[in-house]
Amino acid sequence: MPFIPHTQADIAAMLAAIGASSIEELFDEIPAELRKGSLAKIPPGATEMEISQLMAQRATQDGRYQCYIGAGAYDHHIPAAVWQIATRGEFYSAYTPYQAEASQGTLQLLYEYQTMMASLTGMDVSNASLYEGGSALAEAVLMAVRANRQSKSKRILMPRTVHPNYRKVVATIVRNQNIEIIDVDFDPQGGHVTIDALDRLKGDDVAAVVIPQPNFFGVLENVDVLTDWAHANNALVIGLINPLAAALLKPPGQWGANGADIACGDGQPLGIPLSSGGPWFGFIACKQEHVRQMPGRIVGRTVDLDGKPGYTLTLQAREQHIRRSKATSNICTNQGLLVTAATIHMALLGPDGLERVARACHANTVTLADKLAALNGVAKRFDRPCFHETVLQFDQPVAGLLNGLRKQRILGGYDLGRDYPELGNALLVCATETKTATDIDAFVAATGALLTHG
Amino acid sequence: MLIFEQSQTGRRNPGQAPHHKVDCSDIPAQFLRSDRPLLPEVSEMQAVRHYTRLSQKNFSIDTHFYPLGSCTMKYNPRACNSLAMLPEFLARHPAAPDDTGQGLLACMYELQEMLKDVTGMRAVSMAPMAGAQGEFAGVAMIRAYHNSRNDHARTEILVPDAAHGTNPATAVMCGYKVREIPTNDQGDVDLDALRSAVGPQTAGIMLTNPSTLGVFERRIMEIARIVHQAGGLLYYDGANLNAILGKVKPGDMGFDVIHMNLHKTFSTPHGGGGPGAGPVGVNERLIPFLPVPMVARDNGGYRWLTEQDCPQTMGRLAASNGNVGILLRAYIYARLLGRDGMHRVAEFATLNANYLMAQLRKNGFDLAYPQRRATHEFIVTLKRQARALGITAMDFAKRLLDYGFHAPTTYFPLLVPECLLIEPTETETKEELDAFIVAMLKILAEAQTDATLLKGAPHKLPVRRLDDVRAARELDLVWRPAAG
Repeated sequence: MPFIPHTQADIAAMLAAIGASSIEELFDEIPAELRKGSLAKIPPGATEMEISQLMAQRATQDGRYQCYIGAGAYDHHIPAAVWQIATRGEFYSAYTPYQAEASQGTLQLLYEYQTMMASLTGMDVSNASLYEGGSALAEAVLMAVRANRQSKSKRILMPRTVHPNYRKVVATIVRNQNIEIIDVDFDPQGGHVTIDALDRLKGDDVAAVVIPQPNFFGVLENVDVLTDWAHANNALVIGLINPLAAALLKPPGQWGANGADIACGDGQPLGIPLSSGGPWFGFIACKQEHVRQMPGRIVGRTVDLDGKPGYTLTLQAREQHIRRSKATSNICTNQGLLVTAATIHMALLGPDGLERVARACHANTVTLADKLAALNGVAKRFDRPCFHETVLQFDQPVAGLLNGLRKQRILGGYDLGRDYPELGNALLVCATETKTATDIDAFVAATGALLTHG
Repeated sequence: MLIFEQSQTGRRNPGQAPHHKVDCSDIPAQFLRSDRPLLPEVSEMQAVRHYTRLSQKNFSIDTHFYPLGSCTMKYNPRACNSLAMLPEFLARHPAAPDDTGQGLLACMYELQEMLKDVTGMRAVSMAPMAGAQGEFAGVAMIRAYHNSRNDHARTEILVPDAAHGTNPATAVMCGYKVREIPTNDQGDVDLDALRSAVGPQTAGIMLTNPSTLGVFERRIMEIARIVHQAGGLLYYDGANLNAILGKVKPGDMGFDVIHMNLHKTFSTPHGGGGPGAGPVGVNERLIPFLPVPMVARDNGGYRWLTEQDCPQTMGRLAASNGNVGILLRAYIYARLLGRDGMHRVAEFATLNANYLMAQLRKNGFDLAYPQRRATHEFIVTLKRQARALGITAMDFAKRLLDYGFHAPTTYFPLLVPECLLIEPTETETKEELDAFIVAMLKILAEAQTDATLLKGAPHKLPVRRLDDVRAARELDLVWRPAAG
């Protein structure tokens, strides 16, 4: 019996203490007609050796690829120490720190995480994490509607330069709360949101404007003027960012005259493996004045009976276990383990290390894009500055190219055709710091050969 | 000491970042950051030592008995972690084509099928990333179902007063009004109150069974009949699925939609508060509304199903595929247990809980529902001691920490005064349970002779009792360097 330690003698002694004749008797309050849990589709138990062999075989079957897909998930180096420490049993197998005195390790780490994220985003405060980027944006939208007391509407301006799946998640989560999401189109030359596009929507009362930086295309938005436009129209600003980019790019808290009001995004680039999509973590940070509208767990520093500093969950009056139907969100767990990894990752890289990684990613992508755009039938799609990801236009459908590259164990990028048919044969590519000059040249050569010979 | 207080300007780990700060002058200055973020500048060893030491300030399953009621803190097998972290699994991009991930997708598909079997539901989606997201998906599906029938009069969700706080919070997020249903003195839902609450406005009911009171809802079939007859649907909160795993299936109890907490029943890590994984299961009529993505097997291969395949889906809950790495851990756990192992989960979780309950009762503790069997958990109430000795359940809980035991859940469910909700799980030995009983009795004795020992507890932890009121009143959420 895996993981069940009872001997026959234990079972007998325990049943005697209970006064029951069998374990089955302990279920006698359950109607007999319901006690029929046959498990026909569950295979017999496997030993650890057997399951290890199976998993190794399945992992090998999938193998590894050179990955030039970004689109919201980025392949970065993760120091060995990050996951060795994060998976220490004391972090891995603890729960939400309800008993603060017995959870000072997790709580202090979360306080350090909040400090790092607040600084990285340029905001006053951060929570202790959300599930992932898409749902973090949805929570930011809900939060903005609660926080914007000048706006009577529940109207949100959402650029189409926001990740298409993020927009789908927001629609799913806010659908039943009478929140209206209004698409803002992008400039076909620049791939960015213009003030003209926003002005066309002027006059309507708007609760918040979402501003991605960089946007889904890797294009840099004019965050300063967009932020000022939003504030001039009594709307809050939700900055959606890549946290690694924030080591190099102007953080949301410094956008425009007064800064964004809420910053959010996915923390995956901070030491979290791609892992087919998760677990990652979402982050959300805001100005001090909105802290009571924040969803999720928040850790505060306080003192103990002796006046010694310590850490505890705080502002719990916002949360579901206290407020029930009046809570700011139904969130209970967050992504503690991922935040543990990200905090260690940020501590190991430091401000200089993160900035170097951000620069190397950007430089690699620029090199890749320049070399690809030098091929016949390939051009850069947008004329605006980008960060660490960019769109290329092809004179033929990219699906065939991607298939050809896949056979050479290269994942050549993200085909934009499905989400943005108006862009035609467009490919979103990203080369992180993990790609060498030789890798990039091999990718370019393979692409060139496929384009020529099909 | 905080990591920031160990920081020295200019200290870095050259081996962990690119050699050069390469030129990025193609990015105009207006887009660039002008200040340096407040991140630690410490050596690799400093960081390793700091976070290792912090970890040692935690109680965890690996180090302590952790009978936190309603949280199922059972052993997290190490193999589940190491095998889910095989490099090929970690490196796989979520947008990589399905044909490059058939090994992974086979695991996902098989887990999906196993979850159908253990819950007795017709279809499962593993998209939700936590129990609360599973709840959200479930209630949103109930709403999508009524909407698809143009039945817009159903505006209320019924929630027993013993329910987890996530239940009413979720119903509100789905645009419903919440109506509470009282519990009777036996711990069952008050059927008369239920009968008078249901009607054409009832969208559904959210139930946890066994309930948060640690007892099985005996008249579940009657509840299902009442709610179904009124046109409502039954939602099963799987928080306590460990109590019935391999014994009873929610599908057989009449539930239309359920969620499971894999970080409880399938032993994926709690991680200091997440990640979770909250797959949802449904019966026939809710299948079209399941959240995406799901995994399908066709033409001999596996693939993710998306919005294109499921036009009526309630939607997408994550930008990517959900907590895949956690689902892998659950898959490995399920395969390690197998059919026989799974049958035994509920049996031994229940044996441990009833043993602990019987021994505590014999030794003078009061039970909230003394006439009932424990399920996988049970409630001790310290109401009598609170009145007589002036101590609280919180004092008791904090003193348990001194004895090397994580405290049970305190002050939940809210219905029972001064309560301890105790869930030992199936992976604890009889010796550990006996040691816990000894500690409980010592504390009871201390409460009678020297209550100040409890009031000031804990005494042996890195900090003594923390001032939560001050934490909320004088908010200190981020560290700032001292001026100058």
